[in-house]
Amino acid sequence: MPGNVLAALVSPFTDFVFMQHALLGCLALSLSAPPVGVFLMLRRMSLTGDAMAHAILPGAAIGYLVAGLSLGAMTLGGLVAGLAVVAASGWVSRTTLLREDTSLAAFYLMSLALGVVIISSQGRNVDLLHVLFGSVLALDRAAVAFLGGVAATTLTTLALLYRPLVLECLDPGFLRAVSRWSPVAHYGFLALLVLNLVAGFQALGTLLAVGMMILPAAIARLWVRELKRLLAVAVVVCAVGSVVGLILSYHLEMPSGPGIVLTLGGFYLLSLLAGPRGAVRARRVPALHLKA
Amino acid sequence: MPVPLPRPWTSALPPVSRRVLCCAALSVAASGAAAQAVANRAPPLRVVASFSILGDLVQQVGGGHITLQVLVGAGGDAHAVQPTPAMARTVAGAALLFSNGLGFEGWMARFLRSAGFQGRHVVVSDGFEPRPAEPDHGHGHGHDVDPHLWQDVAGALHSVARIRQGLCEADAVHCGAYRERAAALTQRLRALDREIRGGWAAVPAAQRKVISSHDAFGYYAAAYGVKFLAPQGISTAAEASAKGVAALVRQIRTEQVRALFVEQLADPRLIAQIGRETGVRPAGVLYADALSEPGGPAASYEALMRHNSTMMWRAVRQP
Repeated sequence: MPGNVLAALVSPFTDFVFMQHALLGCLALSLSAPPVGVFLMLRRMSLTGDAMAHAILPGAAIGYLVAGLSLGAMTLGGLVAGLAVVAASGWVSRTTLLREDTSLAAFYLMSLALGVVIISSQGRNVDLLHVLFGSVLALDRAAVAFLGGVAATTLTTLALLYRPLVLECLDPGFLRAVSRWSPVAHYGFLALLVLNLVAGFQALGTLLAVGMMILPAAIARLWVRELKRLLAVAVVVCAVGSVVGLILSYHLEMPSGPGIVLTLGGFYLLSLLAGPRGAVRARRVPALHLKA
Repeated sequence: MPVPLPRPWTSALPPVSRRVLCCAALSVAASGAAAQAVANRAPPLRVVASFSILGDLVQQVGGGHITLQVLVGAGGDAHAVQPTPAMARTVAGAALLFSNGLGFEGWMARFLRSAGFQGRHVVVSDGFEPRPAEPDHGHGHGHDVDPHLWQDVAGALHSVARIRQGLCEADAVHCGAYRERAAALTQRLRALDREIRGGWAAVPAAQRKVISSHDAFGYYAAAYGVKFLAPQGISTAAEASAKGVAALVRQIRTEQVRALFVEQLADPRLIAQIGRETGVRPAGVLYADALSEPGGPAASYEALMRHNSTMMWRAVRQP
């Protein structure tokens, strides 16, 4: 019996190269997306990730129309569109009385609407689905290498921006007052966000790419407090969730991207129940404090 | 696409000559020659076809005596259409509409009601004995019969006969020209049918197996003795599961299929991945239910059938 279980867990990856690619791609994403998600969460920007995911659509759509489902064209288009929205909303929030969340919402909605218009202008509605849902099962060597490169870039940049980013999380006003690093940290971080969304978009599509950022971060928050632990737990949870999701997709005939996100969602619900800072156990914490 | 309203041919003339012509026409109204002259200069019949392949057949038969507009153009998917106000305008001004039927344009009935279409509607598949839809259809159009009759040249021949009949009923004056062009097209299609049969006869029966991502080739399979494999899990609309892809990879390995095709409307990334997995290279594109853009390999119905057949012959013969 244990032999059978082991075979059921391992054989999908030993029998099929596409499963190996899916696994490698997801592990690479697990290294880069959750840390970005942790900082998003700590800066109360979780929904910014979702907004940006919609903002990259027109770029990816133009790339798609020009070159088909090509990794390079869709990635480049998505990056350009995402960075343009970041720059435009940053500019508006610096020059007008609109706050950044409002101007970002305005630009991402325009961007999303433009993307839908571009895609439907060709009269091929089915294409929209391919752009909205990526396909983790279709990752080729180049895509896996790209995801690996994104992971390396993300981790390096986060290491460089670590101090200013932490300061921004704690007290953005202070960092702005004492250092020129504030805008570098802020826009560098948003650029990383766009890069990771474009990477996740290859595997999970625009709609679910944010799932691998926010869910692991939220789960980690329910278990640990300290930042480095948050980052580590988020990465591990995301990797485990990806593997479990892929195996479920293999045995239960479930689409792989939603399988992974639903697995992470299940972990999140479990953490709410069982985590020391979850909905159930956290209530006892004040009582303990009073006694101590 | 904005459609210019048809203007009476006389409106291009200065008022005086219009009046003169009017009287002249009255005085010789009995003369057949004059009636013919008026008919020849009458505005061409406004015709709409529902999708690109049907549009090509209609244009071949209608020639210069019709102005044709196609609702779902080259490369478009007629299964999943969001009718637009522009399409409604196109249809509302047309005298004659050709559709495929058999559930291919599931949106048509509602669309025609809302567009206020007043002209004749010809369903070209009427009278054709349809095949039942693939039982394990995979992408759930929800119809009981297979609508892709043009994939058998006999189905296209039936459509051509219905098109000729429809044009003659709507525009009896030019019926002779429609008959002539339909007869010439029928000749060419019969030759095409013989050509496809001859090509497959040269392929050993055990090798006549093709994997395609679209289940549109049931008529082709039945007419020309080719086995098409398109398992569930790979579809135009839904995202694939790992189980579905693994099942297809196993199937290619056990059935030893050599021909693997990316149909233009389905997710080509997955097909390419399966090709890498099995060592069977994707052999190109089969055009199922839309023409390619002009200048592409399947810009007309005949080119489409010839292209598909040639691609499959090449693929089944690869080492």
